[in-house]
Amino acid sequence: MWSLLTVQLLNGLVLGMIYALAAAGLTLIFGMLDIPNFAHGAFYALGAYLAYTVAEKSGSVALAFVLAPIAVGVLGLAVDTFFLRRLARAGHVYQILFTLGAVLVIQETIVLLWGADSLSVDVPSYFAGGVEVGLVLFPYYRLFLVAVGALTIAAVWLALERTRYGAIIRAGIEDPDMVSCLGIDVARLFMVVFGLGVALAGLAGALIVPVRGGQPAMGTQLTGLSFVVVVIGGMGSFAGAVAGGLLVGVTQALMTVFYPPASQVGVFAAMAAVLLVRPQGLFGIR
Amino acid sequence: MLRLDDVHSGYGQSQVLKGISLELADGQVAALLGRNGAGKSTTVKTIMGLVPPRRGAVLLEGRRIDGLPPSRISRLGVAYVPEQRRIFSYLTVRENLSIAERPQSAWSVARLCEMFPRLAALMRQRAGTLSGGEQQMLAIARALATGPRLLLLDEPSQGLAPSIVDAVVDSIAEMRSGGLSILLVEQNLEVALDLADSVYLIDQGNIVFSGSGRELRMRADLQARYLGVET
Repeated sequence: MWSLLTVQLLNGLVLGMIYALAAAGLTLIFGMLDIPNFAHGAFYALGAYLAYTVAEKSGSVALAFVLAPIAVGVLGLAVDTFFLRRLARAGHVYQILFTLGAVLVIQETIVLLWGADSLSVDVPSYFAGGVEVGLVLFPYYRLFLVAVGALTIAAVWLALERTRYGAIIRAGIEDPDMVSCLGIDVARLFMVVFGLGVALAGLAGALIVPVRGGQPAMGTQLTGLSFVVVVIGGMGSFAGAVAGGLLVGVTQALMTVFYPPASQVGVFAAMAAVLLVRPQGLFGIR
Repeated sequence: MLRLDDVHSGYGQSQVLKGISLELADGQVAALLGRNGAGKSTTVKTIMGLVPPRRGAVLLEGRRIDGLPPSRISRLGVAYVPEQRRIFSYLTVRENLSIAERPQSAWSVARLCEMFPRLAALMRQRAGTLSGGEQQMLAIARALATGPRLLLLDEPSQGLAPSIVDAVVDSIAEMRSGGLSILLVEQNLEVALDLADSVYLIDQGNIVFSGSGRELRMRADLQARYLGVET
């Protein structure tokens, strides 16, 4: 029983790291840019498929983990510049409609390019095997996933907290007009943040493929969960998104041991509970 | 330095400014006085580009700046200290200044520390934890860090204890002697008359008086009518 629990805890950490990466991206986009990005999961799926192709063509998994998020990020820059920025004045409804439309476009593009069947990728050979936890083998690759996720989150956090550019981004979350009054081109700043946000979703997608494979609609569930995590953690709070993501992942994994039917509902129950006690979220600033 | 020509501006359906014209000479301080809701803050926001004017022109050193975004206007040498200070409360004091600082600015963070010794001691603190007076100092210092030629100051004395108002007035006087042009919005008549070379009275979106501080000091009728000053 204990080994099972430990393994589920570790699996929760894996899942939580994926949620944390995606939600950290979404909290930047939703919290700072005020764009309800319903295409977040679609960028995640795109990251997964691009990573698969890069790994297959180049034979390098490491390259796939670098190139796929960058490609997703660059696409994000374009989507923000050509579409979302122009819709900003029109309001949330149009941005929601646009991002929902983008989901369909990205999904169908995936079907066109890669086919509608699910993708299955073997874990790279040098990650074969795992750590013995009691009677169960916990794959090395999942530990690697957790490490990459943690390092990425730490790097983004340091960039946000310790650099001048990061301070500008945090200031922009609080008061974009005032940032503009200091001579900073907020539109360009927002474009970079949007790119960074979807790149984090792309990285999450790239990392999950060897564990769960890929499906064109794999991002649908993640979009909803990311919004829940962002709300639990507090809008615009990076630490909140990371803590919330890990919390939701571990809760889901442990629920599947004790009472599987509740593993999906539990997340929303947790959100409701947090909102009742702290309407601004765990680390919310507004 | 700055000229407004028949500027109309407002928010949504409501027209706030109904043809404002005013002028500010290089190195001078002009005060904009009036009751709450008269259009003082909207005038300043319109100059900064936060509220786009619907008619009329805003000229900075002869160049039209109306219609430009705030970031461009800031780059042209205009800095803004808003009414509610709007410091970045989750950033440290140092971060508030460093994101505003420009290399060519005459007001480096080091110089600002000399000018506001109180801030120098609080550099690592979150700006949101500062007192009202300290936040006002920070808002002014942040504006100066961009190296402006024209400073828009919206009610710097609002809500501050008298001793702190004096400190703010001193700092404004110091900026003026440094050659900065200042448009000062005030409700506090004494503060405005102390500092200003010229005075504009605004009421319901129109300029109803312009002249020197001395003239306004003698016009008790105007003070009573447009500022609600008891005589």
